Amino acid sequence: MTAFLKNLIRNRVMLFMVLPGAIWFFFFSYLPLVGTVAAFKQYRFSREGFWASLMKSEWVGWDNFKFLFSTNDAWLITRNTLFYNLAIIILGLVFAVGLAILLSELVNKRLAKLYQTGMFLPYFLSWVIVGYFAFSFLSMDRGMLNQIIGWFGVEPIQWYSEAKYWPYILVFVALWKTIGYNSIVYLASILGIDRSLYEAAMIDGANKWQQIRNITIPLLSPIIIIMTLLAVGRIFYADFGLFYQVPRDSGTLYAVTNVIDTYVYRGLKTSGEIGMSTAAGLYQSVVGFVLVIISNYVVRKIDKDSSLF
Amino acid sequence: MNILAGLFALICVFPFVFVVIISFTDEKALARDGYRLIPKEWSLAAYQFVWQSGDTLLRAYGVTILVTVLGTIISLILMSLYAYAISRKSFRYRRFFSIFAILTMLFNGGMIPTYMVVSQLLHLKDSIWALVLPLAMNAFYIMILRTFYSTSVPDAVIESAKIDGAGEFYTFMKIVIPLSLPGLATIGLFSTLGYWNDWFNALLYIDNPNLVPLQSMLMRIESSIQFIQQNSANSSMSLAAMQSIPQDTSRMAMVVLATLPIIFAYPFFQRYFVQGLTVGAVKE
Repeated sequence: MTAFLKNLIRNRVMLFMVLPGAIWFFFFSYLPLVGTVAAFKQYRFSREGFWASLMKSEWVGWDNFKFLFSTNDAWLITRNTLFYNLAIIILGLVFAVGLAILLSELVNKRLAKLYQTGMFLPYFLSWVIVGYFAFSFLSMDRGMLNQIIGWFGVEPIQWYSEAKYWPYILVFVALWKTIGYNSIVYLASILGIDRSLYEAAMIDGANKWQQIRNITIPLLSPIIIIMTLLAVGRIFYADFGLFYQVPRDSGTLYAVTNVIDTYVYRGLKTSGEIGMSTAAGLYQSVVGFVLVIISNYVVRKIDKDSSLF
Repeated sequence: MNILAGLFALICVFPFVFVVIISFTDEKALARDGYRLIPKEWSLAAYQFVWQSGDTLLRAYGVTILVTVLGTIISLILMSLYAYAISRKSFRYRRFFSIFAILTMLFNGGMIPTYMVVSQLLHLKDSIWALVLPLAMNAFYIMILRTFYSTSVPDAVIESAKIDGAGEFYTFMKIVIPLSLPGLATIGLFSTLGYWNDWFNALLYIDNPNLVPLQSMLMRIESSIQFIQQNSANSSMSLAAMQSIPQDTSRMAMVVLATLPIIFAYPFFQRYFVQGLTVGAVKE
């Protein structure tokens, strides 16, 4: 006991340094974990506060989960979340790597920098803004897209109520926002590749395409694998902003825009199904946790330095 | 290749340019022709309207600036101290506090339990702190910072400061911070951007119209521009005047005004972001 106290005193300055942050983690990360018991309760907000709400709500065991998985919702939101994330991971990888190679091959470095600045821009804008951008193209009576298809004699489409187009729109917007940013990571590693490899290949008569296939891509593959695995670890989490702001919370589109995150939010704010939404959130956390652990384990096997922990 | 890359860059920038053009279009021409790249009639009416009903927008700007400045300062202080302590090998509990932070990346209670804690336990609803505190810490940034300290501040430097009689705090302020400035700048920029662009916390926690930040205001006016009328100084406008409001264009004008600071600032900071991205990939 006295040894423990002595250690505390000896480390007091450092302990003082971590204290504010540790308190933050306690309130914003660890206490909410306690709140997940609401998934097993018939949750009612109590005026007396957090603890009272939790304690006074009645236990219902697995009922919230049973109910959640007996509806179509559970299947729908899981499918949407997985489908969109998969599409975004695969296409995002192809385009980001392609773009990085393209940028690295540009001879005019000043121009390359300029392009990069442009490509980087969408990443810096909020989803609200991106939602407005999408609206300027998709608005029924004024949007540019309907004007363009009008030139070809096609009737205007009510984009915000036609579900069938949204899988493409959402994937496109997601890629538009993130590719420029992701390509930077790949570009950084391409620039790190030893130039003499390319010179040797050129002397041997390899053309540009052969150089890319036999030098750039193999040397990029560790970072590609790691980035992809890390993304796979997060495949159960959807970008709330993308699925909430871009379709403008349009009810007719829920079948193709509802993901776990938006479902949980609507449970809290509109339908008031606190217990079931918490259950959906917990389901997401648990599966997400398992996936992160697995993907981190695999990353560790490939390259110890790139793993998260 | 040049054309391909240029084309993609254009696609990235185009929507913003388009929205700027819409905001300068005459409302009537817009109703007639729709959103056009080259409108038949240009107009400044949208900006005039926004300027006249300025207090709502100004207040939202004010809230956003306040939250961004306050939030960035608080997160930098919290995260730099935390990351420094767990980067020091002499700190006996460094392993415990590292894991304490990392675990939060793996498992979290989710949206609803967090909402319960913030609103029912901490009673932050409808206060500026509901916008500041939930974004204050980020385990991933802490890890980046920790890496930065351990690569850019050699142990020997800290040891020699100690031998010269400097205390831990003094060493941290006078030696560690100056040496790790690029890392702090990177994280600071990420935080600034996070606060400026945040709308989610306002969506959850803010009902008071006086505390609505910029992004959130843009969301709320999406369905009706009445929000701005109800909350502006000239709410005594006649019905005729209300009908003549350039609704669509003024929304776009506000989008432009909310984005402008980022557009201007970010080319200067791009270097840091790139640096931050690559630093984050390296571990000790």
